[in-house]
Amino acid sequence: MPTTNNEGGVPGPVTARLLRIVDRRGDPPGRGAVNRERFIRRFKDDIKRAADEEFGKRSITDVGRGGRISIPGRGLAEPRLTHDDDTGNRDFVLPGNREYLPGDSVSRPRRSGGDGADGDEPGSGEGTDSFAFALSREEFLSLFFDDLELPNLERTRFGEMSMQRMRRGGYSREGLPTNLLPGMTVRMGIARRIALRGAMAERIKELEREREAAEGEARSALLVEIERLRKRREALPFIEDVDRRYRSRVPTAAPATRAVMLCLMDVSGSMDERKKDLAKRFFALLYLFLERKYGHVDVIFVRHTETAEEVDEERFFNDPQTGGTLVYPALELALRIIQTRFAGPDWNVYIAQASDGDCTGEDGHKSAAFIGQELLPLVRYFAYIDIPSSSGWFNRASDLWQSYDAIESPAFARRAVHDRSDIWPVFRELFARKQAA
Amino acid sequence: MANTEADSGKQRPWPKLLTKPTVPMPRPGGVRRAEPIATGSEWTLGTLEKFDRAIAAHAGRLGLDTYPIQYELITASQMLDLCSTIGMPIHYAHWSFGKQLLSQEHGYRKGMTGLAYEIVINTNPSIAYLMETNTLALQVLVMAHAGYGHNAFFKTNYLFRQFTQADAILDYLQFARSFVQECEQQYGWREVETVLDCCHALASYGVDRYRRPARLSVKRERARLNERLKFAERHYNPNFAHLHLNEVAGAAADAPAPFDPQENLLYFIEKHAPKLQPWQRELVRIVRKVSQYFYPQRLTKVANEGAATFWHYTLLNELYDAGEVDDGFMLEWLGNHGDVVAQPPFDSRAYHGLNPYALGFSIFRDIRRVCEEPTDEDRQWFPSLAGSPWQEAIQFAMTNFKDDSLIEQYLSPKVMRDMRLFLMHDGEDDREHYHVRAIHNEAGYTQVRQTLASQYRSETYIPTILVARASDDAERALLLQHRVENGRMLETQSAETMLGYVKQLWKFDVVLEEVDSDGRRLKIHRT
Repeated sequence: MPTTNNEGGVPGPVTARLLRIVDRRGDPPGRGAVNRERFIRRFKDDIKRAADEEFGKRSITDVGRGGRISIPGRGLAEPRLTHDDDTGNRDFVLPGNREYLPGDSVSRPRRSGGDGADGDEPGSGEGTDSFAFALSREEFLSLFFDDLELPNLERTRFGEMSMQRMRRGGYSREGLPTNLLPGMTVRMGIARRIALRGAMAERIKELEREREAAEGEARSALLVEIERLRKRREALPFIEDVDRRYRSRVPTAAPATRAVMLCLMDVSGSMDERKKDLAKRFFALLYLFLERKYGHVDVIFVRHTETAEEVDEERFFNDPQTGGTLVYPALELALRIIQTRFAGPDWNVYIAQASDGDCTGEDGHKSAAFIGQELLPLVRYFAYIDIPSSSGWFNRASDLWQSYDAIESPAFARRAVHDRSDIWPVFRELFARKQAA
Repeated sequence: MANTEADSGKQRPWPKLLTKPTVPMPRPGGVRRAEPIATGSEWTLGTLEKFDRAIAAHAGRLGLDTYPIQYELITASQMLDLCSTIGMPIHYAHWSFGKQLLSQEHGYRKGMTGLAYEIVINTNPSIAYLMETNTLALQVLVMAHAGYGHNAFFKTNYLFRQFTQADAILDYLQFARSFVQECEQQYGWREVETVLDCCHALASYGVDRYRRPARLSVKRERARLNERLKFAERHYNPNFAHLHLNEVAGAAADAPAPFDPQENLLYFIEKHAPKLQPWQRELVRIVRKVSQYFYPQRLTKVANEGAATFWHYTLLNELYDAGEVDDGFMLEWLGNHGDVVAQPPFDSRAYHGLNPYALGFSIFRDIRRVCEEPTDEDRQWFPSLAGSPWQEAIQFAMTNFKDDSLIEQYLSPKVMRDMRLFLMHDGEDDREHYHVRAIHNEAGYTQVRQTLASQYRSETYIPTILVARASDDAERALLLQHRVENGRMLETQSAETMLGYVKQLWKFDVVLEEVDSDGRRLKIHRT
């Protein structure tokens, strides 16, 4: 079978062998994701409950990671009709006989079903056990933030939440010298010279032909003309104004996606480790939430006792300070930071404050007024969480809480947190999807 | 063997290790190539292609008849995807596949389970998947196992020839997927999922066991579906809808038609369920068709895997004999091979039932042994097999048997002894103990063989259900029947769950009765 005739009647070598190996590694992933999503959709309630529980158990650094989830097995089983092994007679064959002779008897395992004659085979009964699997980070977070909405997404004060941004827009013939593109310019020059030379060469050829035919006066005039063209052709400038090309930038509208989160925390003596831990959890969660929305979020830590200072995360949470408590300086510092570094419409500013609520009356009133008048117009959201002492024998609202009664704004929210398990519900409440008014 | 009951109970007649492990050696006297085709564990498409050609040459020489093969190179995550949808590259979407995927992925990530080495699809051309993380030896092993072993089995075995149309299944699944998708858009995913859940639970009762199914054809399916829907649309008149129903009911009441019991429950529901919408019927049909497609695979696990394992073992040894692979290559794949055909004893923690690879491989290998080096025992049990050409004997075994008949025909005393098979009895008279009825000796041989064969009959592990009666009267109850054999009743919980599913499709009362062989009713389950 060395040759064959194909349809066109042209003899050619046999290509009977198909391309036998197809590389599918580059194929887009498809079905797996679809079915996975169906599974999560179907057992959403269970999975969500498990994810919430998981969150309570985790330390802050892993909160945002995906992870192992285990949900109850009920409803998961795909049932099949089976025989009841406690009825009737059955024979079955097993491998690996070591010592049995006909007539021996073995005590029956209590678990019914299965051919394992020895009871120590782990139960393979489907449906009753819990079902463990891994969720990706994305799935994990989307379960967390499922019914949460970023507060005040539309910014009425500034109209649309967008800003002008310069974007690359190809080349232009005009521009600032700093934007000049030398390579591009020289290339344009080369192109221009080639084009002009070609045109001149043709014209010269044409004139030469005419000169052959011409006589006397006309002939010498043509000669002069040819000579002039030749000179011009030699003297074409290397660069001309028309060759110059500049980098061009065009303005485009883009949504403001930069966000900054200011964490304010009281670190005076009355804030013990437990309270700090609660505050930390709250900040971590807020960070995750904002990061998911904006992609990148700057975080600023401001701690205060009687004075306020900006510190890094490590010192913010772990460096103990002693002293009294004044809130006002911290708010002032926050305002200064916003004005110097995060001013303008392209920044989404969030402030989260955590405190045990101890403050003097005068400080409290001053702070409340400051927040209402100075800070709130600049920020997207101000959340305050109040962490009262757990051992308090009287249950009254803290001083700062009372002072903050004066603030009336949709961009301001506050909640009291007593326990680690409160954090998540509080967070949910604070950022719950606002009902359309 | 031999010394059995005559011996005292204390003296155990068999040694600890039955067969010495053998080290592979090239067949003496053969002509070997100077250089192997490739060495080491790295591979390229070129080397795989070369190996495929070499395997094909040996397979052709040994008379293996296969469909053309197409290998597809995939990643580990694609393999996970494939495994989750019962090995089909296209499938409609359903949460149960997602569950499969998640649990497999979880096990794989934790290192608890390995990935399937090979998936092969019974299509024409046959498609075998090669995972990119496999080493060269493993790739060649998979090529020989799936691309030649399974492929040949699909092409020759009578069940696959009769029951499946290798060339139509992928098209059909494509159609099924888009149909399910359309339904989800039109009627909501909840509705679709409910119907599919019910059908999946009943899938083993959606199979024609004896009748050859009609050929799958996407074109025909579409045409039929369109016609059905159009007819319904054209003729539907809300004013007369109920009148029409009454009329039919009245006519049926006049002359109750004789009813033939039917075993294809899903088929019956598709055709006769009173209140199903056309699209719901179509979903039932899809699940039924897919189940039908996999029916022969369920019946030939041991035979199919045994044949494939036998052939990869044989073909790779041929490669070695011809000098096309080196010793390292052999040692590597033999390690994998050993894992695959390992049979843990019944009392080990690793025991999960009889390993179809181990049982099948032993049987097929023993067929060859009986052909080539028969003993007196073999001459007694397999007089026609002993000494005959082994290629033909293997071919015959691959062509004409399914699991139970294969075991009944070919399980030799040697295989029984090697696997130390023994027979337990669990009876009504003593619920506290199992009784050992027969062991791997001469006296027990036929009994063990017979019971093992019956263990692979689908009636043994899937209770049989018949549609016994469906009345056309106002109540429209459906009567299902379970024929009790050996006193084995249905597990109540599972029976009720299943009835619940049937009822969701039938929408009227469903009753399941259990009757003994004389037709006496033993128990009745209601929803």
